[in-house]
Amino acid sequence: MSARVILGEADFDAGAELARLEALGGGGVASFTGVVRGGDGLEALRLEIYPGMTLRALEDIVAEAERRWALLGVTLIHRHGPVPAGGRIVFVGVASRHRRAALEACAFLIDWAKSRAPFWKQEMFADGRSRWVEARAADEDAAAAWDASAEHGCP
Amino acid sequence: MAIELLYFAWVREAIGRDGEAVEPPADVADVAGLIGWLAARGGGYAEALASAARLRCAVDQRFAPLDTPLAGAREIAIFPPVTGG
Repeated sequence: MSARVILGEADFDAGAELARLEALGGGGVASFTGVVRGGDGLEALRLEIYPGMTLRALEDIVAEAERRWALLGVTLIHRHGPVPAGGRIVFVGVASRHRRAALEACAFLIDWAKSRAPFWKQEMFADGRSRWVEARAADEDAAAAWDASAEHGCP
Repeated sequence: MAIELLYFAWVREAIGRDGEAVEPPADVADVAGLIGWLAARGGGYAEALASAARLRCAVDQRFAPLDTPLAGAREIAIFPPVTGG
């Protein structure tokens, strides 16, 4: 299993990350790219992290995906600091021999990255206002649904 | 024993600092008790910590429930629910 977990401020090349996963010799690669939604004068998101904990939390989430599904490779990239509207925030890519493991593991990884790793998003507006994004119950429900299906997966 | 506290997001902004070392009295037994003890300082502490239902914590860099005992904890982070992804 090839695991690549990156936490940093820099943008990333999603195409290059997909190519790396496609080269692992599996039958399928699934991916998710999260992009900052613009509109309503939103200029950027600023993502705060817990420096001592955030990277390890992401590594633990990847390890959990490896435990649940038979995977050939996982890439999880999460940015912090300022990300402009339209910019990439997060990338999840999964390579597996078969599509179901890749698709399920990809959904699991983004659901848990949203609510099981210490990040806090702040919206920065063009007029100088800022606002902390509130956690959505639906995101926590999506993460918790994978707890209920802990025995699922891993064909 | 001193505990290192860390604050994040609007908790950090309301309190006006990103962390501090504290020595809570012996009757403060768990993280919820610690939050109440800090809120009693008033000002930004009261504003940030008045409603424990809006807060989450990590004890020694692991997410933990608010009823986690303080005994043995070295670092406690207090923050709003996370919003990654």
